[in-house]
Amino acid sequence: MEICSFLTFDSFITDPLTHDFMRKALLMSSLVAAVCGFLSSYLTLKGWALMGDAVSHSVMPGVVVAYALGLPFSLGAFIFGVGSVALIGFIKQKSRVKEDTVIGLVFTGFFALGIVLVSKIKSNIDLHSILFGSPLGISLSDVKQTIFISLLVVILLSIFRRDLMLYCFDPRHAKTVGINVFFLHYLLLTCLSLAAVVGLQSVGIILVVAMLITPGATAYLLTDKFDNMTVISVLSAIISSLIGIYVSFWFDLETGGSIVLAQTFIFLFAFLFAPRYGIFKLKKLFAGYK
Amino acid sequence: METINYQNFRIEAENICVDYNGKVALYDANLRLKPGQICGLVGMNGAGKTTFFNALTGFVNISKGKIRINGESVRSAQKDQTIAYVPQNEGIDSQFPISVWDVVMMGRYGSMNIFRCPRESDVQAVKDAIERVDLTNHLSTPIGNLSGGQRKRTFLARAIAQRASILLLDEPFSGVDIRTEKLISELFIQFKNEGKTILLSTHDMIHVREFCDLVLLINKTVVAYGETSEVFTPENITTTFGGISPDFLFGPES
Repeated sequence: MEICSFLTFDSFITDPLTHDFMRKALLMSSLVAAVCGFLSSYLTLKGWALMGDAVSHSVMPGVVVAYALGLPFSLGAFIFGVGSVALIGFIKQKSRVKEDTVIGLVFTGFFALGIVLVSKIKSNIDLHSILFGSPLGISLSDVKQTIFISLLVVILLSIFRRDLMLYCFDPRHAKTVGINVFFLHYLLLTCLSLAAVVGLQSVGIILVVAMLITPGATAYLLTDKFDNMTVISVLSAIISSLIGIYVSFWFDLETGGSIVLAQTFIFLFAFLFAPRYGIFKLKKLFAGYK
Repeated sequence: METINYQNFRIEAENICVDYNGKVALYDANLRLKPGQICGLVGMNGAGKTTFFNALTGFVNISKGKIRINGESVRSAQKDQTIAYVPQNEGIDSQFPISVWDVVMMGRYGSMNIFRCPRESDVQAVKDAIERVDLTNHLSTPIGNLSGGQRKRTFLARAIAQRASILLLDEPFSGVDIRTEKLISELFIQFKNEGKTILLSTHDMIHVREFCDLVLLINKTVVAYGETSEVFTPENITTTFGGISPDFLFGPES
């Protein structure tokens, strides 16, 4: 962990770019961050943080099985992601157990199944990279798949962004004017599962939920306009990814953890200094000095 | 403008039942309303008022019975933007990052293309609606910065922009200022003259006497229904509220 004292800001930025794996990691992580950040606005407004946690953990056995069968891992992840939500709904409806308990027990069950499968199925799956992400070791086929899924999610969210906003805000009105709420519900879930799949490459299954809620929460503190919220969320997610990867490169830290920590710091900054909703309300402070 | 046949029923609910996972919320409820009628929906918390609204809008499915809206199914009423629902203030996330303009524009979503790009006519409808509820100075105000009354007017404007012929209002007078109350009551008269049908739930007995031609008293099912002057009696109210006298519930002035 040596830092060269003659290191300039320029070389801090450009040196890592001479490595192929770093260029790829920066690009892929930014893309993934943008997708997760986009979705994040909806999840935080809908109050689906716990659902995001559940789905992102539940995709684990799907990823393992898909790898073992040679299928695209996104397919396996998608099936288990949506399956976990269906199971949560079913158990909640058929038992007296409270919803948060059901969510907790279903996703930990899926997650445990994934871990057990990894240890049993003979394959070259690296448990560590699934759990903690491996943006620096991303393979070419993963790159293709990530780009494809990311584009798909971005296109879906872009087409239905108004409807999804309405669905998060007032589903009853949506239903009353003939908008297919059932479809929007599953669209959001589908995007959530897909985003979890691409996100886990960056930061791993355990931390992917941070990618799905922290940027949205940060943006929520900074604006009262939905469109701005989406933009801020995406930007803060991308910036966090870049900071995280650079910092992990120079200080030899775990990349996934660094990315999420960067997001957390940006959130804390907004929490303290957001113009309207921060603890110190910068606007008021400045007004006082005038 | 559609021609209104005042003899046809706008809302016909026949023996409708709603249950949530086997728990009965509403049973054997009937309601028939014509154009230009204002009906008050009165009952305790948990008596099924919101469920009744949800059944009419199609937000929950009925397990038995039949609902006809303008003689057609609930599904086609949704497609035709026939029903507008104005929620209680408590039923809305007031911290949602959205402006008055955006909320009212949501009234037009059902008749826009899939990308929800507002046309000239949508913009005009939204402008007019906002003007009618006197919020023109608050077009871009986030709803979180509005007073309770202004927020209520925003959702009324959404219903106006939707050009619905049936308005369902959940507690329209709760938590609003005098100015809003006056404006809402003026709008009610205009709506009535335009031949719209209004069903409103309320806790305030004075408002029922003041605005409602008809009243529907419910407690899981219909306790009494008819002209306000005939049906809205202390005995019926007491029955509706499970034996508690209206004086106790609403104070002696009502």
